[in-house]
Amino acid sequence: MKELDARGLSCPEPVVMIRKAMISKENAYQMVVDNVTAKENVTRYAQHQGYQVSVQEADGEYRLSITK
Amino acid sequence: MPKTHEKTGIVLAGIAIGVIASLLVFFGNPVNMGFCIACFLRDISGALGLHTAPAVQYIRPEILGLVLGSFLLSVFRKEFMPRGGSSPLTRFVLGFFVMIGCLMFLGCPFRMILRLAGGDLNAVFGLLGFVCGILAGVFFLNKGYSLKRTYKLPTLEGAAFSAIQVALLVLLVAAPAFIYFSEAGAGPGALHAPILISLAAGLIVGALAQRTRLCMVGGIRDLVLFGEWKLLAGFIAILASALVCNLVLTGTGAGTFFTLGMEGQPVAHTDGLWNFLGMLLAGFGCVLLGGCPLRQLVLSGEGNTDSAITVLGLGIGAAFAHNFGLASSGTGPTANGKVAVVIGIVVVAVIAVANTVRTEKA
Repeated sequence: MKELDARGLSCPEPVVMIRKAMISKENAYQMVVDNVTAKENVTRYAQHQGYQVSVQEADGEYRLSITK
Repeated sequence: MPKTHEKTGIVLAGIAIGVIASLLVFFGNPVNMGFCIACFLRDISGALGLHTAPAVQYIRPEILGLVLGSFLLSVFRKEFMPRGGSSPLTRFVLGFFVMIGCLMFLGCPFRMILRLAGGDLNAVFGLLGFVCGILAGVFFLNKGYSLKRTYKLPTLEGAAFSAIQVALLVLLVAAPAFIYFSEAGAGPGALHAPILISLAAGLIVGALAQRTRLCMVGGIRDLVLFGEWKLLAGFIAILASALVCNLVLTGTGAGTFFTLGMEGQPVAHTDGLWNFLGMLLAGFGCVLLGGCPLRQLVLSGEGNTDSAITVLGLGIGAAFAHNFGLASSGTGPTANGKVAVVIGIVVVAVIAVANTVRTEKA
């Protein structure tokens, strides 16, 4: 499982980050973002790529579990 | 929000925004200028005396409404998040040159759509330049371009920009002698809808843009980067609805809201090359900023102080543009403006390279 920290990055950088990470075609990624737009955009992109996404929110941060 | 709902939401928002933009012209705004973030920030700079072009001085309530609409909805939805610190001075410079590009073309990306919807074919050259600028920006994004991370800030810091909008609203209504307003017949600054209508339009569009993340530059950028259509759907919806609304208003005899052609278009010139290069600069700069001028206003309402600094850069860019004769007029671009746009493209390219190389080394 690859872990990615996109906190503080504004869109589209978090999506560029997950797209680059997905080149290695792993089955699972963990990504943490800290704004709703990044959460929505990363979720949408991962779903387009055939992944499932579950989100846990804590203290204004979103932990995205992205799995095949 | 599920994907299909997201797309339906942004299309509906785009349709509403197109109609509102068209109606603002009906109520008194300049033709093809229901909204223009660049023009309206330029008018505010003039009203505050930062430049003294008598034709373009007015505190535009639409701008205040956009920020406050986003602020209010983001607070309500618990999305208000004070943050900043992602290369603020670089963003100021980018904002400055985005404005120089917009005032070469005579409009921000939002007005570019509205000019197309009004039949102004000069905007086609602007659109082509805009797409090329976005492609340049996307090239650097793919190479790892970043202005680095933002950090959490105190609530007051995040709310300060919205408070400034309230102060501007007070100045607009009180109209003290030190605030400049274009006199009737002086130019576009004298043409405006009633304050309450303009303010309401700004509040509604600000809230809709906050909710849907609408962004004129994001549409083409996301399509190229990720094959994602969501934001572009909003862009197209605004174009379609403003076009239909302009045709209907013209058909009912309420005035001329649609004239197909290049010559004699309102607040526009026919120099295709510089319309192209102006919007190339704007598109390039906006991708590096992460969003168009409208999006910067909406983000600043959500508490993003980097976007607030960007808006200040846009406003100061407008003041420079008019103080140094950089802004185009209906007769065409100026020699100074052409030099400024070339310098702008070079500066924006240097910013792109510098922030990409550094990332790859890191």
